Amino acid sequence: MAEMSSELQSLYQELVIDHSKRPRNFRKMEDSTLHADGYNPLCGDRVSIFLKMDGDKVADASFQGAGCAISTSSASLLTEALKGKTRAEAEAIFDNVHKLVTEGAAVDPAKLGKLAVFSGVSKYPARVKCASLAWHTMKAALEGGQKVSTE
Amino acid sequence: MSKASALIELSEPPKPRTLTGTGRFDVLAVREDFPILRETVHGKPLVYLDNAATSQKPLSVIGAMNRFYLAECSNIHRGVHYLSEQATEAYEATRVKCQHLLNAADASEIIFVRGATEGINLVAATFGRRHVSAGDEVLITAMEHHSNIVPWQILCEEKGAHLRVAPMNERGELLLDEFEKLLTPRTRIAAFTHVSNALGTVNPVNQMVAMAHARGIPVLVDGAQAAPHIHADVRDLDCDFYVLSGHKIFAPTGIGILYGKRALLEAMPPYQGGGDMIRTVTFEKTTYAPLPHKFEAGTPNIAGTIGLGAAVDYVQQIGIAKIAAHEHDLLEYGTEVLSRISGLRIVGQAREKAAVLSFVVEGIHPHDLGTILDQEGIAVRTGHHCAQPVMDFYGIPATTRASLSFYNTREEIDALAAGIEKAKRMFA
Ligand SMILES: Cc1ncc(COP(=O)(O)O)c(C=O)c1O
Repeated sequence: MAEMSSELQSLYQELVIDHSKRPRNFRKMEDSTLHADGYNPLCGDRVSIFLKMDGDKVADASFQGAGCAISTSSASLLTEALKGKTRAEAEAIFDNVHKLVTEGAAVDPAKLGKLAVFSGVSKYPARVKCASLAWHTMKAALEGGQKVSTE
Repeated sequence: MSKASALIELSEPPKPRTLTGTGRFDVLAVREDFPILRETVHGKPLVYLDNAATSQKPLSVIGAMNRFYLAECSNIHRGVHYLSEQATEAYEATRVKCQHLLNAADASEIIFVRGATEGINLVAATFGRRHVSAGDEVLITAMEHHSNIVPWQILCEEKGAHLRVAPMNERGELLLDEFEKLLTPRTRIAAFTHVSNALGTVNPVNQMVAMAHARGIPVLVDGAQAAPHIHADVRDLDCDFYVLSGHKIFAPTGIGILYGKRALLEAMPPYQGGGDMIRTVTFEKTTYAPLPHKFEAGTPNIAGTIGLGAAVDYVQQIGIAKIAAHEHDLLEYGTEVLSRISGLRIVGQAREKAAVLSFVVEGIHPHDLGTILDQEGIAVRTGHHCAQPVMDFYGIPATTRASLSFYNTREEIDALAAGIEKAKRMFA
């Protein structure tokens, strides 16, 4: 994709495009223990996050919703990143992703894994909420589940 | 150019450079009047296709406002000194220009407001409050901007009245028969858009007004999207209220017009209280100023109003007919070029349409497309366009919208098409 500007390339990395076209764990979870719905009224993006907790651990994570490539891939990668993590670990990932997409902060890549793919987002202020919607929704689910609205 | 000389250049009234000897419409000459069109964005020439959100401003408008602040700034209607008299004159001169623009019977029927939104809120809060009671109905259409939905919803909620919505078809055309059926003995006002911002549909407003009036129902027409493209004649239309936003007709933000028939405006209670809208004030009782001042409480947007006057002059010098003809050509060209892109669907295919191209592309969310186009210097709007019910009707969360103005070119539409093709390759 030589014709793309490098900034644009850093926003739409192949991993993002791949997860937006083939989202992982894209299903409603009938036996979820935690669940929250997120909505970005500005653009109409919707995401529902489902978590199945096994004690303190996330045994399974899935999502449903409709949104742009950034928001869909972010939700998809979130479900992958969360499986097997403890509540505290999940919250730590939230903090790191939040710092990454809002401030473009240098977060230790080892802590981020695949989620480092969103490092380009902070340069696009209009798109920060796309990347963070699923994460805020996940946090709301962990905190007992409610509707969140990113505004 | 130094800053100082730039200011001086702006302080001279720049003449529109667009009137060629043959009277032909010369888009390249027109573009010279809009300095912003020479800007680059992300290293690419700006292609501004977001005119339905706000239009760009010609030098004559920027100059008029600059001149006001550089040499003429003062308050209006209250000083005997020279500057105040000058400012008052310029402010009231704009009212007369707007009267002619809309062909209103009298300048006092032109009320300056912040924009279409405030105009609608004013009518809902004064005329609406007085005439709508429990069990009554307010009729709007399925293609309204939120600003012509929410003020009526608030009113209906307050009064226990019902908001009725006239439906449209898949092409985005109003179902006129259904509209007529929804005009009932309980309808207290019908409020509808002249041109849809999300779809471009031009409504048959003359017929709609006639239908409502046949039943004695007053009508508000939202002209926010019509004013830049269509010559609206409020007396021919016979509407009771007409609102528009200056910033969509090449004037600054924060200034707009509410037109109302004199008898209605006179019977309406004031909207806001304050200075300028009174005749006499005691702690026991206040009497109100005559029209139009009754509805213009407080120090208004003087510079903006003067800018609006310059914008009206500019549009009339070019001629709305020439503007409409060029835009029609662009719309046809744009429709053809976009229709050739596989996977692209134009949303809103009314037979009568203003220069708005709203569309969705299979497999690419509008926000991703908007970001990719932006990198090409192309400004489009993505989202629900403040018309969520329209998006719900089509079962889509958002569209990408290219809205054209008379300073746009076919080459810019080609650039848009190329940008869409590029996005498709990225998401292929
Ligand atoms: C059809 C229509 N009505 C009303 C408005 C509101 O205009 P403003 O925000 O300038 O008050 C708009 C603006 O987009 C519009 O397109």
